[in-house]
Amino acid sequence: MSLFNVMNIASTGMSAESVRLNTTASNIANANSVSSSYDQTYRARKPVFAAEMDRAMNNYAKHSGKDLPPTSGGHGVQVLGVVESDKPLQVEYNPNHPMADKDGYIYKPNVNVVEEMADMMSASKSYETNVQVADTTKRIFRRVLQLGQGQ
Amino acid sequence: MAINLDRLTDFHHRAATVRKDRMELLAGNLANANTPGYKARDLDFKSAMQSARAEQSHSMSRTHDKHFSVEVRGAEEAMYRVPNQPDTGDGNTVDVQQERNAFLENAMRMQAGMTFLSGKLKGMKKAISGGGQA
Repeated sequence: MSLFNVMNIASTGMSAESVRLNTTASNIANANSVSSSYDQTYRARKPVFAAEMDRAMNNYAKHSGKDLPPTSGGHGVQVLGVVESDKPLQVEYNPNHPMADKDGYIYKPNVNVVEEMADMMSASKSYETNVQVADTTKRIFRRVLQLGQGQ
Repeated sequence: MAINLDRLTDFHHRAATVRKDRMELLAGNLANANTPGYKARDLDFKSAMQSARAEQSHSMSRTHDKHFSVEVRGAEEAMYRVPNQPDTGDGNTVDVQQERNAFLENAMRMQAGMTFLSGKLKGMKKAISGGGQA
């Protein structure tokens, strides 16, 4: 019984979504970290997801020379990395600000809080879904282990 | 008459295997709900079950050393789902609600299968022990 596989897939989903929640939290927390130079300003971070299938398919294509997906089995998620958004920063003319540079400008991160909130909601829902998958799998596992027991 | 436990449990065993494969696929779909470019996949239970049973009837015994060992693995192929929306923006075709329902349905049917199997085993146990209260 490789129900463990289902558990593993669900757990990759959970960890990927938690990375997403993590970056979102960091983005929201730093939404107002003003700095006085363009380079030092916080930039929104986004995780990049990829299906582990890609890897499997590449292996398959390498070995067989055919461009077909493997026949069965689900695939987990892999976090390829975290990238910084290259949207332009918000530059504001505010000479009274203590962080203003010599020309009177302050630099605010390119974080869109509304977007981040939506992202957070989506991540937490997906996390929940993965938890439910693991929970259901656990219940089935218990049934399997109890086979033939009792009167 | 010999008691054949294989025959007793075989059907349920195959069904559970197919259910497990499907469960894996659906869990993969749900886990990849936010992966750009991921295409949702599913198994057609009917054809998968058919190939699983065909596998069963193809079991042959080798009567000579020079016979090839025959291993028939059913061609239960995971197919790609036809997406409900033509374009989701990032090439992902997972419809979370649909996948969740499919996962739940699959899980419940699997539990039902387990219950039947459990009943069969209990019946066999009773037959072996003569039905008396031990």
